Amino acid sequence: MSAPVTSRPTTATDTRVLHFRDVAKTFPDGTVALEGVDLDISRGEFVTVVGPSGCGKSTLLRIASDLSPATSGQVQVDAQRIGYVFQDATLLPWRSVLKNVQLLGELHGMGKPSLNQASRDAIDLVGLTGHEKKLPRELSGGMRMRASLARSLTLDPDLFLFDEPFGALDEITRERLNDELLSMFRTKRFGALFITHSVSEAVYMSTRVLVMSGRPGHIVASFDVPFGTDRTPDLRFTPEFAALAGEVSHALREGHR
Amino acid sequence: MTTFRTDHPARVEGNTVTATEQGTEAHASGKAAAPEELVAAGTAPLVRRRRRGGRWLNVAAPLAVLAALIGLWYAITYLVLSERRRFLMPPPQDVITEGFGDPVAMEKIGVALGNTVQVTFTGLAIAIVIGMLWAIVMSQAKVAERSLFPYAVALQCIPILALVPLIAFWFGYGFPARVIVCVLIALFPIVSNTLFGLQSVERGQHELFDLHGASRFTRLVKLQFPAAMPAIFAGFRISAGLSVVGAIVGDVFFKQGEAGLGIVLDNFRNRIQGPELFATIIVAAGLGIAVFLLFGCLGKLAVGRWYDAGRDAA
Repeated sequence: MSAPVTSRPTTATDTRVLHFRDVAKTFPDGTVALEGVDLDISRGEFVTVVGPSGCGKSTLLRIASDLSPATSGQVQVDAQRIGYVFQDATLLPWRSVLKNVQLLGELHGMGKPSLNQASRDAIDLVGLTGHEKKLPRELSGGMRMRASLARSLTLDPDLFLFDEPFGALDEITRERLNDELLSMFRTKRFGALFITHSVSEAVYMSTRVLVMSGRPGHIVASFDVPFGTDRTPDLRFTPEFAALAGEVSHALREGHR
Repeated sequence: MTTFRTDHPARVEGNTVTATEQGTEAHASGKAAAPEELVAAGTAPLVRRRRRGGRWLNVAAPLAVLAALIGLWYAITYLVLSERRRFLMPPPQDVITEGFGDPVAMEKIGVALGNTVQVTFTGLAIAIVIGMLWAIVMSQAKVAERSLFPYAVALQCIPILALVPLIAFWFGYGFPARVIVCVLIALFPIVSNTLFGLQSVERGQHELFDLHGASRFTRLVKLQFPAAMPAIFAGFRISAGLSVVGAIVGDVFFKQGEAGLGIVLDNFRNRIQGPELFATIIVAAGLGIAVFLLFGCLGKLAVGRWYDAGRDAA
């Protein structure tokens, strides 16, 4: 669990958490969702996939988490524990924030004392301290997503899968959560596969941005993001950021033709 | 009275407030509280205020209808019926003085009420146990649902009165036979509501449990069962009312053994004791309403904290 804190261990195979080689997915109805996908993610890497709706981005996550297996190709997951953050917060409405955060630990048979400690820490990390007793219906969309993040954090995952987690939030909340997630990433150094259709979010969050195109879904471009780990919201307004975002957008348009 | 309000929930969500009386005020504060933290803090008081406004209407409106019905009753008794035929519908004051005021009749009604309550709740309890087990079995495998659900529907479709003679033939006229009538009549809503509830879990929540390797049992206990509670309690509420019907139907048919409300009703009808008959009918109706309200309250206690009918819960 104690991974070396290197900034970009792209070649270090010992910290590799996800490995896709020539992965393809065909649905039973004959639709080819993915074709020839190569992808490697190590701890300390934040890889974002941008692409139009329906290009198979989410299918990547479903394959990585084994919710739905690949039809062909090689998939290797070297993570002890996987955190999966859904598009919806998927909180259980009858459980309080604290009880929701404890759910995954319960499912994994985590001991009471360590689970209590892990959930306190996670709730603290996402800034929900003081809201533990609230029910999901008493929370705003942003707070629900925070609770959902905290729930995954209790497992201390080495691979985090994010399926457009902030897509339904307003821009202000989304940007705030972007920063909070980045700071979690700085401390925990997990490997992340993050799906979004916002180019700005992709460039801001990632160490690497992959551009996907649909029908069948494949990766058309890959960009290494040169900005360090200490990113502030002002980064979005620098010329370097704009230039890279421009390139990604261009690749997205090219691939979508 | 709180029970009825779940069917007409105040829709307060962010700035879409469809309040009537305090509409403008609520709308204004709903809009002002746009930032996320504020919405969460501001929602609860808004809901409460709206509810207080609704309570008056919920009490006054049904009372007005009750007054109108009693007026209609008087009109029929004194304007439609001739004095000779007035025994068919004695005026309300006679029902009170000669029905509820008659100690002999009231003792009979009281004992009968006790018996009927026993049959009702025994039957309901058995129906709850069987119905929920039936639904749980069906929820575990498609093949179980396919093979067992048609019989739940069949049970609902068979006119219960057609089975009562057979039940008497097999089980006699006593307490067990009456309970069986209750179980048969109360079973279906529990089976169908429990099954519906267990199957109403969102896909995303199922996937969450898939991801973390939850067993069938864990999924049932931690996910499906809690999610089904609102539907299950809706089923209990319907079945509780039906169980009262079952107890009285069995009674009327069997006409023997310990007298319940059904037998007392039948006796008063035979002896043309109008006021006493009406008093018994009112007691039977009161029992039905009381059971319905009881299960409404139990449901509210069990799930009201997180579930409002008609409102998006998560």
